[in-house]
Amino acid sequence: MITDTTPILRVDNISKCFGETCILKGVSLSLRKGEIKVLIGPSGGGKSTLLQCINCLVRPDAGEIHLGEERIDLASKADLCRLRQQVGMIFQDFNLFDHLSAQDNITIALRKVKKLGKREAAERARLELEQVGLGDKAELYPAQLSGGQKQRVAIARALAMDPKALLLDEPTSALDPELIGEVIAVIRALAAKGMTMIMATHQISLISTLADEILFMENGVIVEQGSPAQLLTSGNPSKSQGFCDRLNDLADGGC
Amino acid sequence: MPTSLTVIADSLPYLLLGTINTAGIVVAAMLLGLLLGVCIAVGLVYGGRPVRLLLSCYVWFFRGVPVLVLLFLFYFGLFTYLGLPFNAFFSVALVLGMTTGAYQANIFKGAILSLPRGQFKAASALGMSELQTIRSIILPQALRVSIPAWSNEYSIILKDSALAFVIGAPEIMARTQFVASRTYQHLPLYITAGLLYFFLTWLGVAALRALERRLRIPGYTHGIQ
Amino acid sequence: MLTLSPFYQELLAALNQGLLMSLALIIPSALGGVLIGISAGALRVFGDRWVRLLGDGYAALFRGTPLVVQLFVLYFGLPNVGVYLSPYAAAVTGFMLCSGAYQSEYVRGALLSIKRGQYFGAQALGFTPWQTVRCIIVPQAVRRAIHGCGNEIVYLIKYSSLAYVVTCMELTGEGKTIATEYFRFTEVFAIIGLYYLALVSLAIFFLKKIEQRLYIPGFGHQ
Repeated sequence: MITDTTPILRVDNISKCFGETCILKGVSLSLRKGEIKVLIGPSGGGKSTLLQCINCLVRPDAGEIHLGEERIDLASKADLCRLRQQVGMIFQDFNLFDHLSAQDNITIALRKVKKLGKREAAERARLELEQVGLGDKAELYPAQLSGGQKQRVAIARALAMDPKALLLDEPTSALDPELIGEVIAVIRALAAKGMTMIMATHQISLISTLADEILFMENGVIVEQGSPAQLLTSGNPSKSQGFCDRLNDLADGGC
Repeated sequence: MPTSLTVIADSLPYLLLGTINTAGIVVAAMLLGLLLGVCIAVGLVYGGRPVRLLLSCYVWFFRGVPVLVLLFLFYFGLFTYLGLPFNAFFSVALVLGMTTGAYQANIFKGAILSLPRGQFKAASALGMSELQTIRSIILPQALRVSIPAWSNEYSIILKDSALAFVIGAPEIMARTQFVASRTYQHLPLYITAGLLYFFLTWLGVAALRALERRLRIPGYTHGIQ
Repeated sequence: MLTLSPFYQELLAALNQGLLMSLALIIPSALGGVLIGISAGALRVFGDRWVRLLGDGYAALFRGTPLVVQLFVLYFGLPNVGVYLSPYAAAVTGFMLCSGAYQSEYVRGALLSIKRGQYFGAQALGFTPWQTVRCIIVPQAVRRAIHGCGNEIVYLIKYSSLAYVVTCMELTGEGKTIATEYFRFTEVFAIIGLYYLALVSLAIFFLKKIEQRLYIPGFGHQ
């Protein structure tokens, strides 16, 4: 039996170096069901690499990853495939398959990876597209969709795999300002349904209202963590508050 | 194989003279092609319907018929039939020039069409005539962006010029074949010929890249890494 | 009833004969060229350093020298080292190797144009490497390469006329024989030209049809 306190995803002491430069220096975190953790911090601090290490798109040099009670063998391709099927990933630049329509972007993974039948996969894809408000765009190709629509298709694609957790790597930062809202609405709806998520973002509204816990990353380590209530009060000397203040200044157009 | 090396050493000056002839044929053909190509491209973009139709036929014909067949058709056929006293060297340059003219027309046409429409309007707004606009606004831009494709065309025409031997123009292949038929050192000689072509390809492409850099204007970065 | 003069009867009979030989040269060369192009192109992108170097060298060699020289080496040169090829074998070998070198360039370009994100996207969904290649990379690469590869086949049709220089009797060779015999070069080569124009136009028509069938927004040409 998995009790409520057993984390569904646990990462221990992950580190990753590219040559001389070390991007991650022993990062640990764990995620309980329904929990939302938000990664913030300066660019180049290792947020994106951490997310990519968690589902092994970038192979960590050291450290352990546990999915439920199972330890993932990082050298086993079968283990990696299983991990990735259960941990969805949303990219900054969407990574939709450019040669497939919105619907086929979803069905291809269902059919090839989950081995669903054609009809079943199509029905599921339709359902997921409607969930993100794109039921009428199923036949369009990525080249015919706006950035916000692409990102919503990408989210629908990840959700169709029934992931236990979702990793979001700056899901709104490649979007034009007027398109950010539609993606944020979808992410909020996910949170309301109890989806477990780790999200790197610079979007101030997501940080303060969605996070159960904020992780501030700098130079490859988590230097500060806590709930928004603990870290984000005006005048708080925390790094997180300082970071959010600067984001606010930028958003207001002030200097 | 000492014999083969002596043969190559002995025939090298003779082959190098052939290399100069090859270079002459290619340069003449490329320049003729440039002239034809620019005129045809302008006609294809700005001309009336009959002009466009006629020029399209020209392009279709020269792009669809093999160079070898064109050489036979013009040198042994039309030029003789019309009583034109063209020698092999001149005929090859002419035929290759007309062929590359068709290809270059397509390159320049693409380049002209890729320019923003505002360029033409802005020139007209300044009171330039159509011809002035094409000459001093459109072509300088279109030719610049065409250099990489033009350099590609050069290497194609250089290789096609190796067919000139079938009508006896005294270029690399004809001379190599001549030496080979007397010495029976076919393999080393044809490899030497290949190296000479390789060298000419490299030389021309390097020269055109230098030209591209010299003519470079900020904002026109096509083809430069 | 339209009856042709004996000259034209003989000419057309010879040219039709030559046309069959031309097709027998073009079809295997095109197929072989595409196969070599795909293999060499893939190796030039995904191979290790030495394999890439080898592939690049192959492509540079065959793209940097005239096809005639390659054919002469194969047909007249190889006997110097004891290898004798028939005219047909020499022509098809030369066409395949040369066409493959050009094809590999388009395949390489197509593979390189696929963004890293496409691999990431597939991996993140749990695709195996083989599934990624089959379902994501190949369909995209095919669409990016098809225009260039098609053009290359059109070139191959025209350059099949070079089989004549290694005494393989195809369209050009058959025509040349008759033209020399009757000394009527203009008519003969004009008609040969029409044969090639028909072949090339037909090929362009079908290649365009294939391109249209495979068209997907974002992958079109022009």
